Formats: sequence, structure tokens, C-alpha cells
Amino acid sequence: MAIGASAGAIQALSRILPELPEQYRIPILIVVHVPADGSDLPQLFRTKCRLAVKEAEDKEPILPGTIYFAPPDYHLLVEPDRTISLSLDAPVLYSRPSIDVLFESAADAYGADLTGIILTGANEDGADGLVAVAQAGGVALVEDPAEAFAKAMPSGALARCPQATRLSLDAITARLLAIEAS
Amino acid sequence: MDATLGDAVSEAIEDIEIPLLLEALYRRYHYDFRHYARASIKRRLHQAREQLGFASFSAMQDAILQDPAMVPRMLNYLTVQVSDMFRDPSYFRAIRETVIPHLRTYPSLKMWIAGCSNGEEVHSFAILLREEGLLDRTMLYATDINPAALAAASAGVYPLDRIKAFTTNHQRSGGKSSLSDYYTAAYGRAVFDKSLRSRVVFSDHSLVTDAVFAECQLISCRNVMIYFDRPLQDRAIGLFRDSLPRRGFLGLGSKESLRFSEHNRAFTEFVSDERIYQRNDQ
Ligand SMILES: C[S@@+](CC[C@H](N)C(=O)[O-])C[C@H]1O[C@@H](n2cnc3c(N)ncnc32)[C@H](O)[C@@H]1O
Repeated sequence: MAIGASAGAIQALSRILPELPEQYRIPILIVVHVPADGSDLPQLFRTKCRLAVKEAEDKEPILPGTIYFAPPDYHLLVEPDRTISLSLDAPVLYSRPSIDVLFESAADAYGADLTGIILTGANEDGADGLVAVAQAGGVALVEDPAEAFAKAMPSGALARCPQATRLSLDAITARLLAIEAS
Repeated sequence: MDATLGDAVSEAIEDIEIPLLLEALYRRYHYDFRHYARASIKRRLHQAREQLGFASFSAMQDAILQDPAMVPRMLNYLTVQVSDMFRDPSYFRAIRETVIPHLRTYPSLKMWIAGCSNGEEVHSFAILLREEGLLDRTMLYATDINPAALAAASAGVYPLDRIKAFTTNHQRSGGKSSLSDYYTAAYGRAVFDKSLRSRVVFSDHSLVTDAVFAECQLISCRNVMIYFDRPLQDRAIGLFRDSLPRRGFLGLGSKESLRFSEHNRAFTEFVSDERIYQRNDQ
């Protein structure tokens, strides 16, 4: 599962991640746009969540029941063998880490098994990535722009990716729990 | 054929074409990207194909095989030239405060900056060594596979608009002088003093295909091996192990570590937060 968010991300993720039970198996990879010297998200969510939360490390295998955050100033990619790689390639849409980079590589690696979720944010990063997720047969979910703190990112994703489903944060959480149960 | 199926098929074709293109580049020109981390290579090859206007990777491969002039262009896509002077200032501070006191005990020193890109890192080391009074007894080897990057590194000229960030980094790294002592500004460019490079040998060297060339007391290889797959990382780390004497130092990028490496046991963590390791007896 891959999640991308920008402005307002902490509040939105705080509604979703703490709801996931300890036995939740699906690994979750998250890109949040933060400044290079920004806040320590893994640290912040570790105290709120029942799942293991960590900063993604280069070449580590992606394990079940773990939430991975992209480190500030690095792109986060999933390799075909489902390990993580980091890169310092130029920012994409002024963003590093970039949601598009994560989603496109994860769509390659996981195909139809992937769920991609775009939450609140003030730029258009993630829209192309979500298209890649849908094209690979995965599930594309978008936070309802009407309730999002910043609308540009979810609106952009819905406009680019017609297959995406628009949902409230609570409904997204319910979907994540349902996907795990199925 | 519906659109989704079409995408799946072209995706599958690409997964055949990309390894073939990398094989062609290797067999014809000996540049070996076959074991680079695949996800980011694929992204950069997509950029190359779009920007160079090829209909397919196979067409691009054909052009590469026929036309050697394609090689430098491909290298500029396949390698990532993103760097800064005193990037991660705390790394340079740790070198200055904890590594330099050990290095000071040697009558002469050799250092290897592997994957030096456009020279930001090697200039940072030269300035640091000058400030610590060690530059005159040090030889620096700055290596890379991209000839354009090596040329830029040995010229030491950077756009003036990058100087502000370089200066802040230099100060945060514990710099003892002013960065402006080392360059002259002209026509929107900062030209770094050539005396900084008088102790530097720039050379074409690949961590993938070349061998160890000297014993070095300090090796800095930052943000190069993140582009490699794990066996290739181990090859490069093996070169460093063989190049370092006992108690020699290896510095990596801030998101790299030896934890997953088969050579892990040959090194001891020296400043673990800064990914600085020391060669031990094993
Ligand atoms: C992101 S830059 C790192 C620059 C600098 N070390 C830093 O951390 O700021 C990566 C560099 O590694 C070089 N490189 C890529 N493959 C290499 C190889 N096989 N051997 C040596 N250098 C390589 C690239 O050409 C590029 O200049």
C-alpha cells in the first residue's frame, strides 16, 4: 500500500494510521512532502500507532506490518524484488521525495496488489503516480477534496485518474481494514 | 485490446528491452549499469527516451550501438549529478573533529573521493584539509565514470547562485575560514582557486568494473552506492576494504550503511550517526 500527502498530511494520517490494528499485515509506504530539515515523522507516528513505524532505508526488504516513511530529501522507490531503494535524482514537480516516483515504482513491483492513496496536498504531485497504479490494475483511492485541508492534490489526482474512488478519511480507513480482511 | 491490457503488454515489453539495452551499452562500450537498482534506472531511461525522441527502447539501443556520440548523452541520464559543497555539514564536522586527529599522525596521506560528480565534495575536502593544515601532505584521488562530471570537477567553476548554500554548509561544518577566501566571482560564476586542486588527481574509475589502485587512509563514497543493487554494493565495499589499511576510514552518505553488507565485519562503526566506519583487523 502506498500513500502520498503534502500540506495537512499529519492531521490526515493521524486519522488513518492509528486505526490499523497490531495484526495488520500489509506494508505501507508513505511519502509526505516535508522540508529537508523537517519534522521526524517516523518518531511522531511511532507513539500514535500500533504498527512498527520507521524511516525507509536503502536496500531493506519490505516487511509485513510495517509503515515506512520516505526520508526527507530522498526519493523512495520499490524495486521489482520488493526491496526499497532511495535516490537523490532531481526533484519531480519540485518535490523530493516525490509521490509520483514512489507510486510508479510500486505499481511496477506490486501490480494489481497495490492500493495507492492520495490525501490532502497543495500541489499536483501524485496524479501521474495514481494513474500508473490504476493502469497496473491496482486500487486508486483519493481523499474527498471537499473535506481535505488542501484540495489541489486530491482534485488533481481525481481529474487525471478517472478510475480513482473519492472517499472521506473515515471511509478510506474502513477500506484499508476491509482490504486486509479480504 | 483494451487500454489496460495494452499498458500491461507494453510494460512487459519494456522489461525485456531495458536489460537488453543495458547489455548493449556494456558489451559495446564497457559501461556497466546492468546491476544498478532497477527502479530508478528505469525512470531515467524513460526520461532519456522521451527527451531524445525515441519511439522505443529498442530504437534507442540501436542508436547507442551505432553511434558512440550517444554514450556521453546516455551517461548524463544514467548517472545522477546532484551534489553540494559540504553536503550534510554534520558529516564534515565529524570528519574534522574525530577523524582528522587520527590522520594528523601520518606523515603523508592519501584520500579517495569515489563518485566525485562535479567536484563539490572534493573541493570541500581540500578546503577542510587546508584549514587543518594537512592539504600539503595529502594526495586526493577523485574518481567518477562520467567524463563530463570529471571535467567539471577539475575546472572547479560553479554558478554563483549556488554559493550561498555552499557558504552556509561550510559554516555549519565547523569551517575555520571564509569560503570566499577560496574563489573569485566573475560573470555569474565562482571560480575556485586552483591551488585547492594541486593535490588532486582526477580519474575515470568505475566501482563496478575497475580494481583497487592505491592504499588510502580515508575513502569517502557518498550517495553513489544507493544506485547499486546489493551484490554490486558489496563489490564496491570490497574495493574499499582492500584499499584501506588497518584503522583507515570509510565515510558513506547519510542514508547508507554497511549493515546489510557481507563485508560488515571488516569494519567498525566510528561515528555511527554520520556513517563513518573504521577498518579493523578482519
Ligand atoms: C549523486 S552523485 C554523488 C556526488 C557526491 N559524492 C555527493 O554525495 O554529493 C553520484 C555520482 O556517482 C557517479 N557514479 C555512478 N556510477 C559509478 C561507478 N560505477 N563508479 C564510480 N562513480 C559512479 C555518478 O557519475 C555521479 O557523479
